[in-house]
Amino acid sequence: MSDARAIGEVILAVESISLAFGGVQALSNISFDVREHEIRAIIGPNGAGKSSMLNVINGVYHPQQGTIHFKGEKRHRMEPHKVASQGVARTFQNIALFKGMSVLDNLMTGRNLMMKTGILSQALYWGATQREELKHRERVEEIIDFLEIQSIRKTPVGRLPYGLQKRVELGRALAAEPTLLLLDEPMAGMNVEEKQDMCRFVLDVNEEFGTTIVLIEHDMGVVMDISDRVVVLDYGKKIGDGVPDEVRSNQAVIDAYLGVQH
Amino acid sequence: MAGNPALVDGGGPTTFPRLLLQHAAVRGDRPAMREKDLGIWQSHSWAKVRDEVAALAGGLAAMGFKRGDNLAIIGENRPRLYWALTAAQALGGVPVPMYQDAVAQEMVFAFQNADIAFAIVEDQEQVDKMLEIQLQCPALKHIVFDDSRGMRRYHQPGILSFEKLQELGREFNKNNPGFFEAEIEKGKPSDMAALFFTSGTTGLPKGVVLTHQAMIATGRTYSDFEGMGADEELLAYLPMAWIGQNLFSYTQSMVAGFCVSCPESAETVMTDMREIGPTYYFAPPRVLEGLLTTVMIRMEDAGWLKRRAFHYFMALARRVGAKMLDGREPVGLFDRLQYALGDLLIFGPLRNSLGMSRVKVAYTAGEAIGPDLFVFYSSIGINLNQLYGQTETTVYVCVQPNGVVKPDTVGPPLPGVEIKLKDDGEILVKTPGLFEGYYRNEEATRESKDADGWFHTGDAGFFDAEGHLKIIDRAKDVGRLTDGTMFAPKYLENKLKFFPHIKEAVAFGDGREHATAMINIDVDAVGDWAERHNLGYSGYTDLAGKREVYELIRDCIARVNLDLAQDPKLANSQIHRFVILHKELDADDGELTRTRKVRRRIIADKYAAIIEALYGAGKSVQMEAQVKFEDGRSGTIRADLAIAEAPVHAPAEAARMIRKAA
Repeated sequence: MSDARAIGEVILAVESISLAFGGVQALSNISFDVREHEIRAIIGPNGAGKSSMLNVINGVYHPQQGTIHFKGEKRHRMEPHKVASQGVARTFQNIALFKGMSVLDNLMTGRNLMMKTGILSQALYWGATQREELKHRERVEEIIDFLEIQSIRKTPVGRLPYGLQKRVELGRALAAEPTLLLLDEPMAGMNVEEKQDMCRFVLDVNEEFGTTIVLIEHDMGVVMDISDRVVVLDYGKKIGDGVPDEVRSNQAVIDAYLGVQH
Repeated sequence: MAGNPALVDGGGPTTFPRLLLQHAAVRGDRPAMREKDLGIWQSHSWAKVRDEVAALAGGLAAMGFKRGDNLAIIGENRPRLYWALTAAQALGGVPVPMYQDAVAQEMVFAFQNADIAFAIVEDQEQVDKMLEIQLQCPALKHIVFDDSRGMRRYHQPGILSFEKLQELGREFNKNNPGFFEAEIEKGKPSDMAALFFTSGTTGLPKGVVLTHQAMIATGRTYSDFEGMGADEELLAYLPMAWIGQNLFSYTQSMVAGFCVSCPESAETVMTDMREIGPTYYFAPPRVLEGLLTTVMIRMEDAGWLKRRAFHYFMALARRVGAKMLDGREPVGLFDRLQYALGDLLIFGPLRNSLGMSRVKVAYTAGEAIGPDLFVFYSSIGINLNQLYGQTETTVYVCVQPNGVVKPDTVGPPLPGVEIKLKDDGEILVKTPGLFEGYYRNEEATRESKDADGWFHTGDAGFFDAEGHLKIIDRAKDVGRLTDGTMFAPKYLENKLKFFPHIKEAVAFGDGREHATAMINIDVDAVGDWAERHNLGYSGYTDLAGKREVYELIRDCIARVNLDLAQDPKLANSQIHRFVILHKELDADDGELTRTRKVRRRIIADKYAAIIEALYGAGKSVQMEAQVKFEDGRSGTIRADLAIAEAPVHAPAEAARMIRKAA
């Protein structure tokens, strides 16, 4: 058994990113890096700019200043679908699945970028299309097995409880076989048991597939337990960066979380 | 027994590994097992199973597994774990299947008692348990896992994958040609075939020793009795550690040569049932109850027309369904026509959605079943037969024969089984399938198996006029009220549990002036009811404490009391007061056995305060309870429980009420 989790070179480098919406400075001069195979957490109080940071990484927002290097390549004004085709997948804070479609179909949409055959042959479902669909279906079934959602394979997503929808969303992101996975509060709104399950899945994804993971999370316990390194944001500024123990004892971080008397 | 064409040999004494070799020779290309891989059913032929078992046995032998060694097998129903059973038996060892949902500490006793050095387990979760108990069980040296997920970072010595073990085995078999067959040849029918630890409703578990000949003889009697052939289909979905499951999907399949399918996961059983279409189905009452509750909930949510049709035809089915299935009593032409229409519109689709369209016989066992539940399945055309037995008797003691099904009995003894009743009603059994004894526990063996070979079941019962055995309760649980009338708690509990709103009930009354009950509501059914009545709730505890829910349960109990009042012998055991428990009884808290039987004594101890309050005058009781979470941590739940009165009836009054209702 090879150890897929040896942390490697820098895969994503974010340098001096600043982002403003009109007069509101969402992010100012943020720099950090993400290494291959690591689990990197971004934490911070509400409104700290965590989701904005994620949106910058996957190309939804275009920062006014700064650069992003992904796999050694400099990115400039990247569109989300381009980012996705480079191997970045994400989940959302508010679940963004097709509610009326089955779990299986939702996962298949995650394979969309990898489908090569044309619309005509897809409509006829013949020859290469059929072979392609079988291949994609196989991969999707592996993910269903991995996430232990066999029993809801054909259930419309809208009928599922919240915790399971979150898991399906993770599944769809995985279906794209990402090298970098962005998770926006994967455990928000879950009970203790669901959180434990989700932690297990995040760790397993990282271990089994070697996927690099950047996650935003509020639950400090979760973050400290599963991440390799943590970035702390507050009011759009970076106030801490390091392994969980360093961050935990960082005075600026403690002040940001517990409040400080002025 | 040569009359059964499914049998691969003359029916003489044999062993499981020999049966496997015979099946592989006779029907090598026929499917022996099926499992779902990536959403598609995949078959393993008998010939393939033989090769897999040989590789596995070789691997075990290479690791030092010897004749007489014990092999722990822990996991959900997976073909590989079934192969492990045969592999251990082929080497003259003994497989010890254990409940996969047991916490690690519950497994310690079995490992120590049987000096288990080898364990073949399903996944990381079970490997973690093995590592946890390794300090207490130093004999445990080798842990083999089936599913490699999450196992990447386990580098402890002694842990290896199933594939690796088989690889070693193929190498070993290549260097030792004929080893596998020679080892099987050495095995004797009188050898120990398996060790089943019974949880027991009291005390430490006991290992029940069953021999090849006992298990195979029982399996054969049974295939002959039902005429089971090699074309049957079966879904193995109950715990492997439960003798019933083992007998049905291992012994029976080995004897008759039919194919056994493993469900994809515990949650997909309903879907898998529909896809496989089993011809024989085995379910303990709680599973049948669960299915019925699901059906009822879905019907409540259905449209008006469907609901009306359902209730109309169900009423008809209750009246004539069982009679039509048995064919003993005449049914009028009009009823027949109506039933045929009902079959087209309701029963057929219902059987299909339960995955029971092809079921020839469905069995239930493990616990006495409420008559009403029984009537439901029979009336929609599912041939549900009760059977009776214990781990110690390789299950089969009594079975209801087709066409002679009576809801409140377990049928006459099977061919070759003798039954004797003691003065206090305890049932004594003698059968070819009787166990050898309890493993390394002479004293317990002497207590339950007397010098003449009679096994003392601990159950109380009697034969009815037609020679069918009727079980009332555990002999030790049957008590008396202070006025001297008989009090059989299980009888009351079963009546209560038929209501979809009640999941579990515990009745008290021995040595008291009247009966009382502790209720666990079914959170799905009551939750659904609450939703439809605009009743908000945050969880089980909240729901259980609602005044409206108390009213709901009071109605259920009132109906049970009315029923009881009609029988002069039982009229005194009507339930006077009840409480709805603030937490669900749970096997993790030791309140239920792993097969979900109520542990009366432990509950009586733990909830002494509540029981006192049930017999006091107060309207509520304060309760604190320790709960264990699935991850092993524990916490405390505190609650103020209301105690409610239930209406009771004098026998004469009850008769009047029934007449009026009619």
